[in-house]
Amino acid sequence: MSKLSIGPVLFNWKPEVWRDFYFRIADEAPVDSVHLGEVVCSKRLPFFEKYIPEVAERLAAAGKEVVLSSLALVMTERERDGIRSLAEAAGDFLIEANDYSAAAALAGKPHVIGPLVNVYNEGTLGYVTRNGAIRVCLPPELSAATIAVLAAEKQAEIEVMAFGRLPLAISARCYHARSRNLHKDGCQYVCADDPDGMEVDTMDGKPFLAVNGTQTMSYHYLSLLSELKALADKGVGRFRLSPHSCDMVAVARLYRDLLDGKIEASEAALQLGDINPDAEFSNGYIHGQAGHLNLLGESLAGE
Amino acid sequence: MSAENVELVCPAGTPAALKAAVDAGADCVYVGFRDETNARNFPGLNFSRPELADGIAYAHERGAKVLVAINTFPRAGKPEIWHQAVDDAAKLKADAVILADVGLCDYAHRTHPELRLHLSVQASASSAEAIRFYHQAFGIQRAVLPRVLTVPEIASLCANVPIEMEVFVFGGLCVMAEGRCSLSSYITGLSPNMNGVCSPASHVRYVEKGDKVVSQLGDFTINTFGSGEPAGYPTLCKGRFEADGKLSYLFEEPTSLNTLSILPDLIAAGVKAFKIEGRQRGRAYVGSVVKAFRQTVDAIRRGETPPEIDLDNITEGNRQTSGAYERSWR
Repeated sequence: MSKLSIGPVLFNWKPEVWRDFYFRIADEAPVDSVHLGEVVCSKRLPFFEKYIPEVAERLAAAGKEVVLSSLALVMTERERDGIRSLAEAAGDFLIEANDYSAAAALAGKPHVIGPLVNVYNEGTLGYVTRNGAIRVCLPPELSAATIAVLAAEKQAEIEVMAFGRLPLAISARCYHARSRNLHKDGCQYVCADDPDGMEVDTMDGKPFLAVNGTQTMSYHYLSLLSELKALADKGVGRFRLSPHSCDMVAVARLYRDLLDGKIEASEAALQLGDINPDAEFSNGYIHGQAGHLNLLGESLAGE
Repeated sequence: MSAENVELVCPAGTPAALKAAVDAGADCVYVGFRDETNARNFPGLNFSRPELADGIAYAHERGAKVLVAINTFPRAGKPEIWHQAVDDAAKLKADAVILADVGLCDYAHRTHPELRLHLSVQASASSAEAIRFYHQAFGIQRAVLPRVLTVPEIASLCANVPIEMEVFVFGGLCVMAEGRCSLSSYITGLSPNMNGVCSPASHVRYVEKGDKVVSQLGDFTINTFGSGEPAGYPTLCKGRFEADGKLSYLFEEPTSLNTLSILPDLIAAGVKAFKIEGRQRGRAYVGSVVKAFRQTVDAIRRGETPPEIDLDNITEGNRQTSGAYERSWR
């Protein structure tokens, strides 16, 4: 039976909102593992860091596996120190590596490889498994056909992102700051203004992408409701729900009910729309097509 | 690193460009096979096996090296063409292969222990720890740094890793960390990592709307140009978009990297090799850029003030930037 995880909050939420979000996940969401930590911008971590111990404790007390996620783009001395101290916590928590400096620091210890590490094929999957990875969350641009090949390898458990805006790119430059004529160094933390990312439109007004500080994301929210059962049948062990400001407990219940066969995918899609009425959904990547495409309702049969 | 030992690493998308680069003073030329194993998988570009054999002979006779980029990520279940590319590069006595995928690094290291391995910019190794990982695990001997680091950060890296560092000094500029960007596949279905293309020409259209020309990638408008204004190529991170109620080049202006003016700083930082982007460029472009950097490096080597060289006319949108090497770029 496939499991569910809540990914790390990728946005700059107010620290108390961040804490209370996880408290509610701990108490109410039918998920198996929950990710904490700052993946996008190291400047944000000091604000909510103090809440990590109590959040982790509450999640663990609720029977949920706590995973600490590492920073995606590690450049500065302080960021390198952050990876080192995260690796030292590996005895107490499962750590998710989001770059190879973290994967190297976790060598020989059980760990998770995050979706921002390029695991595209069985050669790399085999290597990271031998290095200690017990679970690999695959990059979002992979198709169901590729996912099936990797799941059939029976190496580390395969996890796939199944809900939320997709992390598409990471940069040294902060586009949130740039949009306000600021630089990253003096950013005034303007990314906090957009709890689900800042929408980016084309010149003719068509929704295009979303910006989350140094990260560029999809405009569309990924929804794999129609494909969930087929992916589970292909051996995907875990599906990741990426936090947004909508009711994530309701999202988690929906995905759980669908996996448990308590609800049909078409009904689940309607309910997901109700939970997040402003979101537009897409699933092109899983069908081997452009990621923005909305092929809801199409099954994966024959792919 | 003294200027004595630095290398100029120059692009060649065709045998003619390889000769132009070698003749203009390239220390190394980097090339790819004519398939999706490399990140410039464009129509009409790259080398067949016999062309590579001839190119290596031409370069070696003139004291230059040839590096083969095999820097896309092998497709699951079908790694054979990537493995074959590594095998053939080794057989043809390429001086190194440039790899990005961990699985392919592992294959090359185990199968061809004598083959020199460079880490592609597409691996996006941005810290000393990441670079040491590739060195210790696979014997990587040189890493091409992602275009995210400042000159002081590069200097610190060079002092903290046991292998050679290579940086980009000229040409097209990724604004995202390389190898960690799926924007192209989100819009078109084709990505640098999987297909060796970004914003592919197959998905580009220029549409006239009244007195304007609209450049599109797939279903999306990337930019609009007035009459008489040259319509630039719609690389998707260099378009004009609206965010927060404002229209702007949100990610980056149409611009090229040019580091001629900070080359002495990069040499002083300890960088071993300087890479010119542009395997998709013609031999005239390659020849003039290589010549400019050759003259500059040689002047630095002789302790002279480098000549002022104007490369404006061949840079994208006639605009130049030193990119992430300056902290204010961030």
